[in-house]
Order: sequence, then structure tokens, then C-alpha cells
Amino acid sequence: MRRWLLPLALIALLIGLWQIATSTGAVADALSLEDFLVPSPTEIASSLWENRSLLAENAWVTLREMLLGIFCALAVGLGFAILMHRWQVLRDAAYPLIVASQTIPIVVIAPILVVWFGYGITPKIVIVALICFFPITVNALDGLRSVDPDAVKMMRSLDASRWQRFWRVEAPAALPSLFTGIKIAVVVAPIGAVFAEWAGSSSGLGHLIQSDTANFQVARQFATVVVLAAMALVLIGLTALVERRVVRWR
Amino acid sequence: MRQDTRMELELGGVAHSYGDLQTLASIDLEVAPHSVIGLVGPSGCGKSTLLELVCGLADPTAGRIELGGEASAEQRLARCALMPQRDLLLPWYSAIDNAALALRNQGMRREEARAAAAALFERFGLAGFERAWPAELSGGMRQRVAFLRTLVAGKPVLALDEPFAALDAITRAEMQEWLAAALRADPRTVVLVTHDVEEALYLSDRVAVLSARPGRIVAELSAPAPRAENRDAAVTDPAFVAAREEALRALREGSR
Repeated sequence: MRRWLLPLALIALLIGLWQIATSTGAVADALSLEDFLVPSPTEIASSLWENRSLLAENAWVTLREMLLGIFCALAVGLGFAILMHRWQVLRDAAYPLIVASQTIPIVVIAPILVVWFGYGITPKIVIVALICFFPITVNALDGLRSVDPDAVKMMRSLDASRWQRFWRVEAPAALPSLFTGIKIAVVVAPIGAVFAEWAGSSSGLGHLIQSDTANFQVARQFATVVVLAAMALVLIGLTALVERRVVRWR
Repeated sequence: MRQDTRMELELGGVAHSYGDLQTLASIDLEVAPHSVIGLVGPSGCGKSTLLELVCGLADPTAGRIELGGEASAEQRLARCALMPQRDLLLPWYSAIDNAALALRNQGMRREEARAAAAALFERFGLAGFERAWPAELSGGMRQRVAFLRTLVAGKPVLALDEPFAALDAITRAEMQEWLAAALRADPRTVVLVTHDVEEALYLSDRVAVLSARPGRIVAELSAPAPRAENRDAAVTDPAFVAAREEALRALREGSR
């Protein structure tokens, strides 16, 4: 109860302060801006309501990009982690490359991918997958490597084949770590999707924010951010739920 | 020991090194079928390594290990089951599925494997705990499940690596009595590694004392009352106390 109540109270307090600061015009005055450029929580809420079908339409576009990207990253990342776990040579060769690949800013790659794949959903999926790939692969590999070597010896002594050792010891042992990776991926996926849409698209929440910037639709921009954040939160919640169902022994 | 009995386990001149570190120096040992050999020695004397070699998890650097007349690592793996130092119950399986692990690995269907393990749960005082997660079991219970898991594998030789080291003194004494009863009911050839001289003398037929690294056998003695039903009476018997003193003396001299 307390675990939920305290953060909720803090959020309510912050929104309340924001409401007072904006409705009195204090923030706009301090920044020497027009009032409509600094929307209050109630204005954002009414914008959310008025634009609900537009937001829902674009949220669906972005959600699809995120989910497909995360699934691609999961498939490729898991495959890579298993291969690198199985063959030390491959790990030694590829692991530094995977880490180094993370230093390339996604902002730089996004426009190139748009040139290659066009304005459709493909470059978005690729970009989301690219940034989700790293946390999933690294955490899955860590999980696989965390297996107690004595447990593997015990399994060998109890007639387990390599395949059985993988499915009965290594894979379950790696699951908690894998879920950590997925949760991180879910958090960064919206960033990837928004960047990808900024690089070139005709729909999606990122696209909406961009076009609203040009039209000074600040209230709707905030409403879009709220939708984006809510989507990420729901996805994390769902991941945690699946984790609790799968990792039942904890 | 009758001369015409074929030995279940024979070690001849077994030595082992990890790189430059020699862990075992020339071990000779003979173990008759259905008898228990206790191995005691100071920490780091290569006791656990010796068990891994016996089980076929590795090959010795020199010497020969035969299980039932077979020397290859593969054959040893097939004939010996290891119970590692910690219970190592897999947390994602229930107690019964942990116990049935070897049968599942050998290709038995889940329900059959569970039924086979359940019969042992009944017999060895674990009835009612079949569905429990390992995390819900006490230390003694976990060791019982780990022992059953080793027993269920159906192999002639069991290699037990300090099975009760993690338990408190009272639970350990209870578990020794429990294991003695289990081995009376289902005799196997057992190699028992422990640092507890009393435990070795109570559970084994013979006890071999190993020296500090590189480990070699410095003394071999017979236990006066192997796996006696009344443990308290057995361990306070003058013959037992004398044997314990002798083993401790050998242990001290071998540690130098």
C-alpha cells in the first residue's frame, strides 16, 4: 500500500505545483512567453481528450514499430547470446564489436536507414531493434554465464546430454537476467521509435510531436509525451507480469 | 574382505595436476561392491578432485581408475553418480522433479519419472514434500532430496562430496543416521568425501586418510561399527573412539 501511495502522492504534488505555476502565468512570465506555450496539466488533459482518436491512431503506429523492433531484437539477441555462450571463440571475437557498436549514435544511423529502406515501417523496426539488441544480448549472455559450473558437473554425472544441460540448467538460470534485458529494451524502444520517425515518416507519435513543434501545438505535444510514457509503462508492467508467470520459483 | 570378490572400484597410481599444481600424488585404492569408503583429509588436499576423477568428469594425469572393470571416462560416467558439495537443487524444479532429474535425462517420460521418485520419497521420509520448491525446504530436507536424486540415477557407485558439511551439528547427526538407514535399505558402493572424521568412521566400512596437497593416502583403517542403527552408542564405543583418535593422529601428521 505504502509502496504505491507514496509515489502517487509525490506525482499528485508535482502536478499540483505545475498547475499553480502555469495557471497563474508565473512560468510563462519568467520565460517571457505567451501563456499557450506553457500549458497547465488541465490544458494537457483536455488536449488528450480532444485529440484522443488522433493520438490513438498514431500511438498504434508507434506501438507496432516498438513491438516488432523488440521482437526482432529478442530473436537476434537471444540467438547471438546462445551462440556466443556455446562458442568461446565467437564470444571473444564478437563481444567487443557489440559493445563498440553501441557508441554509434542512433541519431546518425536513422537518416541513413531511411535512405536505404524508405519511409515505411522497415527503418523504424531496424532502429528500434538496433538499440534493443544490446541490452537483450548482454543480459542474456550474462545469465547464461552465471550458471554454477558445479550444477553442470552434477547434470553431466546424471547423464544429461549437452542439449538437456542447456534446457534444464542454463536456459532457466538465464531467464531472470534475460527479463532484466527485456525491461531495459522496453524502456529504450520508444526513444528509438521517435528518433526513427523524426528521420522520416508520415505518422506515429514522434511524427506528431515534430509537426506540432512547427505549429506551436505545445499542449498536444505534452499530451503525446504522456501517451508515449504510458505506453512504455504498460509494456514494462506486462513484461513484469510475464516474468512473474515464467520465473515462478522466485 | 573375500579375495574372490571382484572390486567395484579400483584406483592404481592415480595422480592429477592442474597445470603446474599437483593435487593428487599416486593414490591406490580398492573398494568392494556395496561397501563404503570414507576419504578424509585437510582442506585443499584434492578430495573433491578425486571424486570428479572417479565419476568420469575428468581423466587423471597419470594412473588408472576402474569402475566395475571399465576404465574409460565415459564408462565411469555411466556407472557413477555424483552428489556435489552443495545440494545444487535446481530452483526451477519442484523437489520431486529434482529427484527425478536423472531419469528424465535418461529419457523417461515425466509422469513415469515422478512416480519412480515418489516411491523413494515415501520410503525415505520425504512424503508430502513432492511439490515443494527447493527454496521452501530446510537444509536437511534439501540434502535428502539431493541424495535421492543421486540414488534415483540407478548407478552402482555413488560419489558423495561432503554431503552434510553445510548443516548444523544436530541436523548433521540426524542426516548421518538417515543416510546409514538409506544405505542399509539400498546398499551401494559409496565413495564418501568428508572432513569430519567421526562422520567418515560412522558411515564407512573403511576410512582412508589423505595428506595435504599433493594428496596421498597416509593411513587406512577399518570402521568398528559401520552404519550402526544406534549412532549415539556407536560413536561413544571405546573401539570407535580409539579409531577416531588414530585417524585424527594420521590426519595431523599428514597435514604437515
